[in-house]
Amino acid sequence: MLVRLLSGDFPRSRALSVVLLAILLALALAPFVFPGTRSLNVAAKVAVFVLLVASYDLLLGYTGIVSFAHTMFFGIGGYGVGIAMAKLGPGWGALAFGSLAALALSLVLALAIGLLSLRVKAIFFAMITLAVASFFQILASQLSPLTGGEDGLSYRLPELLHSRLVAYYVVFVVTLVLFLGLLRIVNSPFGRVLLSIRENEFRSEAIGYRIVTYRTVANCLAALGATAAGILYAIWLRYTGPDTTLSFNIMIDILLMVVIGGMGTLYGSVIGATLFVVAQNYLQDLMKLASGAAKGVPLLPDLLHPDRWLLWLGVLFIVCVYYFPYGIVGRLRMRRA
Amino acid sequence: MSTAAAAPAQDPASALPVTRLDWPPLALIPAIALAALPLVGSLPTWVTLTVAGLAMGMMIFMMASGLTLVFGLMDVLNFAHGVFISVGAYGAATVLTRMTRQMQAESLASDLSAMVPAVLAAIALAGLLGWFFERVLIRPVYGDHLKQILITMGGLIVFEQAIHVVWGPDIIPLPRPGTITGAFIIGEAAIERYRMAAVIVGLVVFAAMWLLLNRTRIGLLVRAGVENPEMVESLGYRIRRLFVGVFVAGSGLAGLGGAMWAMYQEQVNAQMGAQMLVVIFIVVIIGGLGSVGGCFVGALLIGLATNYTGYLAPKLALGSSILIMVLVLLWRPRGLYPIGRA
Amino acid sequence: MPEPMLALSGVNTHIAQYHILHGVAFEVPRGGLTMLLGRNGAGKTTCLRTVMGLWRASAGSIRIDGHDVSRATTPDVAQLGVAYVPENMGIFAGLTVRENLLLAARSGAPDARRLEWIFGLFPAMQKFWNALAGNLSGGQKQMLAVARAIIEPRKLLLVDEPTKGLAPAIIANMVEAFRELKRTDTTMLVVEQNFNFARSLGDTVAVMDSGRIVHTGGMDALAADGALQTRLLGLSLDSHQ
Repeated sequence: MLVRLLSGDFPRSRALSVVLLAILLALALAPFVFPGTRSLNVAAKVAVFVLLVASYDLLLGYTGIVSFAHTMFFGIGGYGVGIAMAKLGPGWGALAFGSLAALALSLVLALAIGLLSLRVKAIFFAMITLAVASFFQILASQLSPLTGGEDGLSYRLPELLHSRLVAYYVVFVVTLVLFLGLLRIVNSPFGRVLLSIRENEFRSEAIGYRIVTYRTVANCLAALGATAAGILYAIWLRYTGPDTTLSFNIMIDILLMVVIGGMGTLYGSVIGATLFVVAQNYLQDLMKLASGAAKGVPLLPDLLHPDRWLLWLGVLFIVCVYYFPYGIVGRLRMRRA
Repeated sequence: MSTAAAAPAQDPASALPVTRLDWPPLALIPAIALAALPLVGSLPTWVTLTVAGLAMGMMIFMMASGLTLVFGLMDVLNFAHGVFISVGAYGAATVLTRMTRQMQAESLASDLSAMVPAVLAAIALAGLLGWFFERVLIRPVYGDHLKQILITMGGLIVFEQAIHVVWGPDIIPLPRPGTITGAFIIGEAAIERYRMAAVIVGLVVFAAMWLLLNRTRIGLLVRAGVENPEMVESLGYRIRRLFVGVFVAGSGLAGLGGAMWAMYQEQVNAQMGAQMLVVIFIVVIIGGLGSVGGCFVGALLIGLATNYTGYLAPKLALGSSILIMVLVLLWRPRGLYPIGRA
Repeated sequence: MPEPMLALSGVNTHIAQYHILHGVAFEVPRGGLTMLLGRNGAGKTTCLRTVMGLWRASAGSIRIDGHDVSRATTPDVAQLGVAYVPENMGIFAGLTVRENLLLAARSGAPDARRLEWIFGLFPAMQKFWNALAGNLSGGQKQMLAVARAIIEPRKLLLVDEPTKGLAPAIIANMVEAFRELKRTDTTMLVVEQNFNFARSLGDTVAVMDSGRIVHTGGMDALAADGALQTRLLGLSLDSHQ
């Protein structure tokens, strides 16, 4: 039964299995094991980002496409819920409407971007997605009457979702289900074709697969995943703004998570997201201590300053791209062999 | 009846003219300026906007030219190009903030004695960083586009943070030298002195690049290398050595652009490079990857368009750039002046 | 007998996971013109590119004028005095004819007398001196590619299908040019599909099939043996252009 659940894609490493299980349990029991708003916030954010990064892994790790538009879809999900709740009131119908509208918009945009851009070289595609995402970001900050501009939107949700417990489990369960869905997708014949395209585009085309079709479908699936993550995040935060969803920094964070965790493994996104969000919230405290201890030494306190945590993650990221192409998951799996 | 066979064997190509200038893209610049005139309404305002647009275009050109040349020649896209811009800006800032005395002396010579070192420092610092980048980060991943994008993104993250480490996270205000501040009035139009200076610097840079590329042997190598690096090697040239030089020159240019931009904005912040990145990419795509001339035209178009729409419909400023990009690509899918790759 | 200008021995070349050349071995005698023949996909272009260092031989040795170039980089090979005319001609479309030739003249400017000689072989080069190479016709581009290779004296010329897609009149022009070149004592290795062209110019011949050398010998011997031609090339002389 486990085989079917995981679609045959096992962690393939005892260490990895242990870690994954620990994370799963921690997330599943978070409200009880880690009481307190801060830790529950961390747990919810981990779940949302697992979904966000996993959907990105589908694009980057399995299809080999670099896209900078992922945060745009994240934002569409968030704003879909946000605008619906703010304008149509806190009802289940509005929530459903907002979510479905967001998903539909993402699908259309992903199709458009895919069909128009995937015929061009990878570099072009990356640059175009960057431009489109920036445009969307500007749009969101400019259309204040609709989107709340720079300040974003705060809103109420249906009464049931105001319970932190319920909201959390909605986020957790949906993430879990969609993650398993992604596992199913990458282990299906479709997923295998994606991998073969990534490995050898020329050969795949010669064999007869229409590359543009497969890539566009992958693009759409990834976009839908990101939108779903955005919807969940909007439900959890009861707030949507350009900073929480559309900022380029988030795109950078996603890249960090997917590469450090492990590209093309899906489990990597679990590791990466957990590592990143936990570090973001707790590592800075550690660094503050270290920075204080290093006072007096030239440059060191600045390097260890808690705001510079991104620098170290960036270094780790670069090291991973060079030496650990499959990130932490890859390293753990290699140990086993 | 006279037929083609009876006509003398006139080689149609013998009517081939000497290298003809592809003028339609160039014509876009005055076209967009003239199109904006009726929309803006008042001539003096239009003059101000046009000069502003040209100045901005020049600065963008300086920032973008290095990127397009590096991509054309080495097939490397450096997403961290923005870092060179920021570093140039900060370098200039460091020099200028230490030379406030010179800049209050109210003389051009004195001002220049502060600005020239500032600009040189910017170029040197950015060029040095570029050398480091090429050697350490990019050289190992030649040919692998995916890894290049990732590595340069990593470089962007690390070095943006490193700027914070060295210069602190706050915004540094920049004093603008006395003689360049203010504007001179022609008729009813106010033309900012600094913008004129930027236009002049930009033209000088472009002229220098053009001369280098078209009148020197090295320029010949670069132009040939952009088209077909393999063939250049087959002719006996070690083109890899050229790569480093071009990369460093490109980063230095970006630093120059950053310095000028910083002096224009009268402040520096670490996001500067990243903010310009999207615009630079748009310009590079419009111009045609690898084409300095295309980059020049593209930059001026975007500079003008941004300023006109900034006046007419501020919310659409970035949108106008993207619109222009889409229109240009529909007209010429590989950019205004694409380089033919064998 | 003096050492051959070019000698391959046991050369294997892999491209990605494909094994293209299998133990290729043949020699090109000094001052002679060797024709490299074979069907499409036999590996002739791969052979030239491997000699030129554009692809690295995974095994075997390549010697040019006594120097071992098996591990040499392309610029190194070129600097030994080797010129390469690729199948797609490799001319720089954005540069003028003059600039193309200027670039190929490594020592600086082209020698005036040499240039006169080239203009004699290919008059179009003089006519279109300042024209963009990209605007030339197919035949003119081919002439430019060859002119580039001989703008300075070279020890060895590697030419890949110089007559491909050319009109018969231009091919005749090309034959003349190559005949002139032979008189200058330049060693040449030419890949050709046009057997007439090959027969009129080649001294020796090497035939490839599926990445292997299946025949080496004199051109006259091959030209006289119709059965051998059919066996090696699939068609007899009369069926070719």
